[in-house]
Amino acid sequence: MLQGLLEYSFIVKGLLGAVFTSITAGLAGTYIVSRRMVFLSGGITHASFGGIGIGHFAGINPVAGAAVFGILSALGVEYLSDSHKMREDSAIGILWALGMATGIIFIYLTPGYSPNLMSYLFGSILTVTNADLIALGIMALVLIIYFSLFYRTILYLSFDEAYARTFTRHASLFKYISTALIALTIVLNIRMAGVILVLSLLTIPPNIAMLFTRTYPRVVVWSVITGFGGTMAGFTVSYFAGIPTGATIIFTLVVIWALCRAAAVFLKRNRRLTKINISTI
Amino acid sequence: MSYILEIESLSAGYGGPPVIENVNLKVDENDFIGVIGPNGGGKTTLIKVILGLLKPGSGRIIFHGGSTDRTEIGYLPQMQEGDAGYPVTVKDVVLSGLMIHKNAAGRMTRNDRKRATEVIEELGLSGLDGYSLSELSGGQRQRVFLGRAVIGSPRLLLLDEPVNFVDSEFEMGFYEKLAEFNKHMAILMVSHDVGTISSHVKSFACINRTLHYHPSGKITNDQLRSYGCPIQLVTHGEVPHTVLQKH
Repeated sequence: MLQGLLEYSFIVKGLLGAVFTSITAGLAGTYIVSRRMVFLSGGITHASFGGIGIGHFAGINPVAGAAVFGILSALGVEYLSDSHKMREDSAIGILWALGMATGIIFIYLTPGYSPNLMSYLFGSILTVTNADLIALGIMALVLIIYFSLFYRTILYLSFDEAYARTFTRHASLFKYISTALIALTIVLNIRMAGVILVLSLLTIPPNIAMLFTRTYPRVVVWSVITGFGGTMAGFTVSYFAGIPTGATIIFTLVVIWALCRAAAVFLKRNRRLTKINISTI
Repeated sequence: MSYILEIESLSAGYGGPPVIENVNLKVDENDFIGVIGPNGGGKTTLIKVILGLLKPGSGRIIFHGGSTDRTEIGYLPQMQEGDAGYPVTVKDVVLSGLMIHKNAAGRMTRNDRKRATEVIEELGLSGLDGYSLSELSGGQRQRVFLGRAVIGSPRLLLLDEPVNFVDSEFEMGFYEKLAEFNKHMAILMVSHDVGTISSHVKSFACINRTLHYHPSGKITNDQLRSYGCPIQLVTHGEVPHTVLQKH
């Protein structure tokens, strides 16, 4: 009975987690892939590990620590590169290492054994709490409202910032808000896929979608769908094979991407051949 | 009399010595002014100040009717390699030219979309509405950006080196389009290449920190030399041609 209930709640959690993860990762992922911010997002992810370490050490919620670290480092990098005070990639590289070093030192300094360390690095659906799921659900709602309300401004700002600055005085504000939301999305998804793998949860689905569609809203929708499909498939495989969930989800997504890529190349070649055939008739 | 754009005693820079100094220029309806000057002469700085992207150190800019409102400017930035892979369609790019009339949460109406389709057709890009920029040639892409600049029917069209990196066939068509637009709007076109634009503009402004205006559309070799512009002489005879200094 107890066993059944536990399994049931585990599946519900997994399902809800997959829904929220695919929505948040689809929206945030399309933004970072289109704006070519993947490296910055990697920096944010690893910098937030510093917050996890300090959270552990100080006895506060590690996700809250990660959120503070993630948002501050994201805004810091945007500011440094905007004001041309430092090269963006160098700033990211330093934050990346600083976050990991801080995390490791503070986890080492925390008395006793840290059973959750591996789950933060590689993700585990088993450690996802109800609070995590609620936070992720709220995040999904916030992102949906933000991106649908300011769709045009965000679209044009990330496509051609210099031009966007001619029609809005709030370009920097929107950039900073978007970046902070991306950082928060990444941090909240760390529970699902872990620091090391979470980035691919955001980058692979939009890359699959962009193989087949060319408008921003469709890329978002298809990212959410492929993200959900991949997450569910990975989740199921990991459950039955008894292998780590995060890693299985990412592996499944990469396999889907590779298959779609091959299909897209095949479709394109076929279309070209048809064109040639028609033109030679 | 009210000009489309009046620039008075304008100086601007980036913290160091001013890049442009004491610039005066009046742009009237149907003017087509070519702004020429060497690299670093202040061409792009002038455009940035007109667009409000850079605050002037001193002087002022007045638009039509004495306003400081920039909603009646259409802008075609320097062509960049840019991100052609970005998931945005031709129609969306053209529509972005209307954002200046909307707030941050602005939506596009049915009329806006209709207007975008008209502009796309007018620029010879019929049927390409739903294409992404990566599927277009460089010249086609530049026409899309011209569409973005003119969709709001601005009174002043600002062009920054519009024909860089495009083939000469495209260039001819492009200038023909500009001549048509010039019937409804003034054009200020920045270029480092006096030879190419000489047969299309109605007048010249030569900029190299300071600005000198030549209403006739002709510049003499001596004038060019004294302003430190590229040494080229433009003549408008029966066959327009450019005379280069001995080199």
